[in-house]
Amino acid sequence: MTAPKLDVRGLSKSFTDRQRSFKALEGIELSLADNEFLALVGTSGCGKSTLLAIVAGLQDFQEGEVLVDGEPIEGPGRDRGVVFQSYTLMPWLTAQRNVEFALEAAGLGRKERREVAREHLALVGLERFAESYPNQLSGGMKQRVAIARALSYRPKMLLMDEPFGALDAMTRHQMQELLTGIWEQHRMTVLFVTHDVDEAIYLADRIAVMTRAPGRIKQVFPVGLPRPRVPEVAETEAFIQLRREVLESIRDELVGV
Amino acid sequence: MANAGGPNAAGEDGAKSAPSPATRSALKPGRRKRQRWFSLVAELTPLAFATVAASVFLALFVLWSLATGLGLVGPLFLPSPARVAARLWLFAVNGQLWQDAQISLYRISIGFLAASILGIPGGVLIGSYRVLDAAIEPLVDFIRYMPVVAFVPLTILWTGTGDLQKLLIIWIGTFFQQILMVKDNVKRVPAEFIDVGRTLQMPEWKILLRIVIPSAAPGIWDTLRITLGWAWTWLVLAELVAATSGLGYRITVAQRFFQTDTIIGYILVLGCLGLVTDQAMKALERRLFVYLRGRR
Repeated sequence: MTAPKLDVRGLSKSFTDRQRSFKALEGIELSLADNEFLALVGTSGCGKSTLLAIVAGLQDFQEGEVLVDGEPIEGPGRDRGVVFQSYTLMPWLTAQRNVEFALEAAGLGRKERREVAREHLALVGLERFAESYPNQLSGGMKQRVAIARALSYRPKMLLMDEPFGALDAMTRHQMQELLTGIWEQHRMTVLFVTHDVDEAIYLADRIAVMTRAPGRIKQVFPVGLPRPRVPEVAETEAFIQLRREVLESIRDELVGV
Repeated sequence: MANAGGPNAAGEDGAKSAPSPATRSALKPGRRKRQRWFSLVAELTPLAFATVAASVFLALFVLWSLATGLGLVGPLFLPSPARVAARLWLFAVNGQLWQDAQISLYRISIGFLAASILGIPGGVLIGSYRVLDAAIEPLVDFIRYMPVVAFVPLTILWTGTGDLQKLLIIWIGTFFQQILMVKDNVKRVPAEFIDVGRTLQMPEWKILLRIVIPSAAPGIWDTLRITLGWAWTWLVLAELVAATSGLGYRITVAQRFFQTDTIIGYILVLGCLGLVTDQAMKALERRLFVYLRGRR
């Protein structure tokens, strides 16, 4: 196997709030191969979003290392595209301009920006809504633009923090299909945080389960399901079996809470 | 691609947003709904709203007319609407009203502008940088609670009784409120917006200019609108004491001669001016922030 794309070693993080100190993550060991899709699951408050924020460079940590292509990260960077749970489109910019906004920061020229943005809106099926403002878009559409924005400047990996968590069940399914479709066509390294086990199985190559706080990687499940993934995969024996195992692993963490 | 719901299957939630508000209301059955007057958060049609609002004005006017017409109050305390109108008309014709309004409008414009030019950047900075916040906020908070009225004698001592003193009163009354309110507007910018800028490796100043300020802009505009309303009060206050011109000055003079009709007329004029500027700010707001409209 080649060197991992993302390598998290011995990572620990605690929050200090006045006098009290809270250990959020302890000794996290996690690596993602190139073009691998890894889903990170765990009970709420286990620190999975914190881990993602650290990898994104948005939060600091006390111990350990975060390596991208073998290089330690120094803060946030355009090599890691982030999709947040909350809607983060700039409301004063159209969908098109929102994507262009990122491309401008990445240093693309005016004409190139316009083209690349249009391409990526087409990728998420929103070319018809290029001139719409976020207020005119549904939640699912906003997240699609956010995905287009994060992909547009060609990061080495995509970090997604419960991106579909705020959406209704129907839209969530559509978004999952959309994301698998894009991923299966274009392949890239994805770290995907979710608390939805079905979502994790449907999307990922591997699923990492975290313990409750202080969060550790408890168990990693390979998802052996064939690709391309179709919605019907959720009814297969293998899917149901895996879901049972993952849920059991998480449920153990709920005991005593 | 093998699966059915590929990226181009845009029908799904795209369809949800397709019907515009117009077609949505067209889908409603033609039966007219009865207007419910007292029900929590029930909507009022624009016509019903205007009718209620106009009725209140009319009722007050009738009350005023009756009270003065029937001689329930002496004209020295409350002159009739006709007398107030006649007095205003007189001042309008001989140019006094325009002269007074002009100088007052000049003062409020300059005073308010001077406050905003410092208040907006100041608020943005203390809202964005904790160090500046620590340096400035406690001080501003302290000054904010000092009554503006008490500064009147002091400002006269400092700057005399000229325009500068009037501007200073407006400035003191406006700036210290503005800076804190703008700070609040900036604080309300979602942290994730700034995170987006960070993940794009935008330099700090660019995040401030391209994300924080545009994001806070509608709130800042609202702050301007509200503080402009207050500025009218400070203007009149400044003109009531040691002034030789302006709407407030005319009111003090009128008081000396027991011209209650002038006082009331001018108060009404001030009310109208305030209302007009407020409506103008609101209209501009709808223009400037078109993107806030849409489905909610």
